[in-house]
Amino acid sequence: MTQDRSLSERGTSPAKRAAATPSALAVRAAGVSKVFATKTGDVPALSEVDLEVAAGEFVALIGPSGCGKSTLLRLIADLDQATTGTLEIFGKPAKRARADQDYGIAFQQAGLLPWRTVGANMSLPLELHGTGKAERVARVAELAELVGLTDFIDRYPDQLSGGMQQRVAIARALAARPKLLLMDEPFGALDEMTRERLQTELTRIAAETAAAVVFVTHSIPEAVFLSDRVVVMSPRPGRITDVIDIGLGEHRDEALRESPEFFDRVTAVREALHGSPVTRAGES
Amino acid sequence: MTDAATAALPGPSPTIVRGSGSAPGQRRLPGWLRWVAPLVVGALIVLAWWFWVDVLGTAPRMLPSPFAILEEFVRRWPIIAQDMAITATNALIGLVIGSLLAMLFAGLAAAARPLDGMLAPLVSALAVIPIVAITPILNTMFGASSQFGRQAVATIAAFIPVFVNVLRGLRQTRPVHRDVLRASAASGWQTFRMLTLPTALPYLMTGLRIASSLAVIAALVAEYFGGPADGIGTAIATYAKSGRATLAWAYVLGGILIGLVFYLVTSLLERLATRRSPV
Repeated sequence: MTQDRSLSERGTSPAKRAAATPSALAVRAAGVSKVFATKTGDVPALSEVDLEVAAGEFVALIGPSGCGKSTLLRLIADLDQATTGTLEIFGKPAKRARADQDYGIAFQQAGLLPWRTVGANMSLPLELHGTGKAERVARVAELAELVGLTDFIDRYPDQLSGGMQQRVAIARALAARPKLLLMDEPFGALDEMTRERLQTELTRIAAETAAAVVFVTHSIPEAVFLSDRVVVMSPRPGRITDVIDIGLGEHRDEALRESPEFFDRVTAVREALHGSPVTRAGES
Repeated sequence: MTDAATAALPGPSPTIVRGSGSAPGQRRLPGWLRWVAPLVVGALIVLAWWFWVDVLGTAPRMLPSPFAILEEFVRRWPIIAQDMAITATNALIGLVIGSLLAMLFAGLAAAARPLDGMLAPLVSALAVIPIVAITPILNTMFGASSQFGRQAVATIAAFIPVFVNVLRGLRQTRPVHRDVLRASAASGWQTFRMLTLPTALPYLMTGLRIASSLAVIAALVAEYFGGPADGIGTAIATYAKSGRATLAWAYVLGGILIGLVFYLVTSLLERLATRRSPV
């Protein structure tokens, strides 16, 4: 049973909650464990993880290095296989979901193919699934518009800045119109300015596409700014220790970063990460 | 301390720029100078050579003046061109067949570990054998009128660098790229065509560039060990023995031209394949 984090308790909007019948779950993980076999013995990376992500919901996975947040994301993406437990994406096994392109994925490295233009990189998933050329061209135009790279479709990745490359990677992840977006620290290698701008853009893109997002990060403000819920994980073995409803509403903008509610949630996540109340400056 | 100080010093290139007498504050060599500088050096060497042979007259008898060689080359062009065609064809056949075989075997080795284990020692053995050493045997085996021995030697010479480079190139795909293709549910063939092959292409081109020079050298040197009485190498050996130094040198010039063409074409291919730096 994973009903302790049932749908009605989530800080999602009423519209999302109404749609969140069990069949509309984007991700359902129950008792998922992962053990890596190494020469020096088995290393447990994830232990008994239960997680449900509703359709359209934005969930951040946060925790220190080695807490298994990336491992969990890779299991959802079927890039690795769980040792035990069940994992369903839109009610299907992860392998089926991958074959059906039910999700798009972006990593910390943009991972663009250097010999392909920006447009050809964006349309790679479509090409792999035999989408016709005319349709691909139309979709690339839409995607480029969505991520603000319309003027760069014919450029090559090495002519783009890191932030622009990451936008291409996000556009590629969205190419096949997936209802689930998996992101593994996609802004981790970017400077703070670029990072905040892309965060704002991502909230807009997530709202426009109505896709659920599972977002791995180790930045507390990033997790709070983006998410409906923040899942806090801890290492040795990797497990979920807390789930925090953010409830800052649908609309996220720069003003939110300065608001008291934002700082409240940041504090809540920080306390959950440290496992104890954090003493504030001036309150001793 | 000393190492750190040395490491902190600017590289040699700014020093060279300053030494070359360019305008103060100008740090890079202008484009034209990078072309002109080696040409000037070449011209100086030719001038010194000419001075030694024609003015001082103390050069050995087998070293004619560069201008005499050039004149001989132009005068004898019809017969030199014929022999150049023979040698170049042998080298080209060797390069093409050797490269194709190398790609095939590198593909097999990359696809199956056990095959790699079988092929790797064999290729290492091939690489250390001086291939031209077996030419006299091949020539006797296939008869004095057959070019096959020479082509076989060029094939083996070209095979090794292409095999080594392609095999390495086929293993250079980055984990993030593999993840992206796997996440997009790409089939094995699609992954090979869209990721593995393009990743390996620059390595193939590097292998081809190295192999092109080796194929020309192998085809030419193989002619010193018998076989049909044609080709650049045969002519150089014949005219050197009979004391016709200028004609022998004119043939050497023909050999240089073949090598240069092979090298330039494959270098150009390599540059085209590597113009997109990895990100």
